Amino acid sequence: MKQEKIDKTPARLDFLQSVTGLILALFIVGHILFEASILVSNEMMYRVTLMFEGYYFFGETYPGIVSFLAAAIFTIFILHAALALRKFPSSYKQYRTLREHTQRMQHEDSSLWMIQVVTGFMMFFIGSVHLYIMMSQPSNIGPFASSHRVVSEFMGPLYFMLLLSVVSHAFIGLYRLALKWGFMEGKHTEISRVRFKLIMKAMIAVYIVVGFSSLVKYTYIGLTHDFSDGVKYKSETIHMENHE
Amino acid sequence: MSEEKPRILKIAVLRFDPNDKNDFPHMEHFEIEEADGMTLFIVLNEIREHHDNSLMFDFVCRAGICGSCSMLVNGRPTLACRTLTSKLDTNITLAPLPLFKLIKDLSIYSGEWMRYLNEHLETWIHDKEKEQNFDKLEERMEPSLADEIYELDRCVECGCCVAGCGTIQMKPSFVGAVGLNKIARYHLDPRDKRSDEEYYELIGDEDGVFGCMTLLGCEDVCPKDLPLQSKIAYLRRMMVKTALKN
Repeated sequence: MKQEKIDKTPARLDFLQSVTGLILALFIVGHILFEASILVSNEMMYRVTLMFEGYYFFGETYPGIVSFLAAAIFTIFILHAALALRKFPSSYKQYRTLREHTQRMQHEDSSLWMIQVVTGFMMFFIGSVHLYIMMSQPSNIGPFASSHRVVSEFMGPLYFMLLLSVVSHAFIGLYRLALKWGFMEGKHTEISRVRFKLIMKAMIAVYIVVGFSSLVKYTYIGLTHDFSDGVKYKSETIHMENHE
Repeated sequence: MSEEKPRILKIAVLRFDPNDKNDFPHMEHFEIEEADGMTLFIVLNEIREHHDNSLMFDFVCRAGICGSCSMLVNGRPTLACRTLTSKLDTNITLAPLPLFKLIKDLSIYSGEWMRYLNEHLETWIHDKEKEQNFDKLEERMEPSLADEIYELDRCVECGCCVAGCGTIQMKPSFVGAVGLNKIARYHLDPRDKRSDEEYYELIGDEDGVFGCMTLLGCEDVCPKDLPLQSKIAYLRRMMVKTALKN
């Protein structure tokens, strides 16, 4: 049989879009939970911060690790955005056709994709702002530093919009990934699909509640804490010599 | 049941004759008394018999087998002959399927589109033998495999999946679920000797399986309940595997 020379690029692009999306979605699943450690206590959130700065591994904190992680996520984020752009409507006519189609059909999964387009577009901007700050100021994460950023640096509204868009985008994305690749579809796809959809909606609700509660707590600290002493958190149990 | 007064159905039909230079797309309204077990196909015949004999629509089999009477019912593509009016509200809007060439009113020329698709995707058995030997017995096939092939062969090319697909509305060069389903069908068939690479040539791009955005309009409107979601996912995995092993 003659060997065809095939163009592998379309397959790679499609696969990469899914893989980068999966990594980002899983990252968000963890991120919002770690950030919610503030709901337990300031001390807990501080310890989570120390963990990501490598304290429990090296006995010393390296905010550079956070910078590196943020840069890695930023790279994957940009790659995912570039790949997903292929699917965006590329003219007003295409956009109008799709919108009319979605409205006419009253079809949930088509509408879900419209949400992906809108939230994805929002995150081009708000996601980039957040990621750049995390990359450039890795040491300003902590119970007080983060609260200060939310209130005094006016990041609260941006975080709120980011929370809504990223949570919807991540879980709708995971749901769509499962259907796209036939993950655990079983013999009756209509059953697995209903289940996945239910889990997706529940997760969106839970994560928005958790994320919003954390944001409220950070705002509360930001409004009530006296920052005259700086934004660094002073732990009662962990004393670090080099930690300012 | 029989003592209840029958409902009056208010049918709005999108009417347009593209060959009439003075005509323009407009809605016309008809009132029909509902009968037991009434389908939209019966409604349309009522309209043509008693209200307006110039109304044009397609039908052949009246039993969901030929795929001719596909149209938008309240915005969703489906077969008129299989749609019971009792399942609908009294206000019913009918329109021709988008994307296909309009003949007149609800009548569309889907055959042209489907023919191009079939030629483009070469939806026939490629046995690669130079000469046909009609005396040779066909290879045996497991009944379960034959069933699986038959399941996909039930596609009647009604065009509902095409009209229900947001992707194809936006990018008309996409082959749609009808095309992908056919490839899945021939790929299953052991008599078709095309290699994975040859299939990749047909659908391994953004007009093929990688163009699909998994909106699943196709899966949800298919009047034959074909397993489109699962087959497209299967093709996607297979095409990625083919690309990775090369």
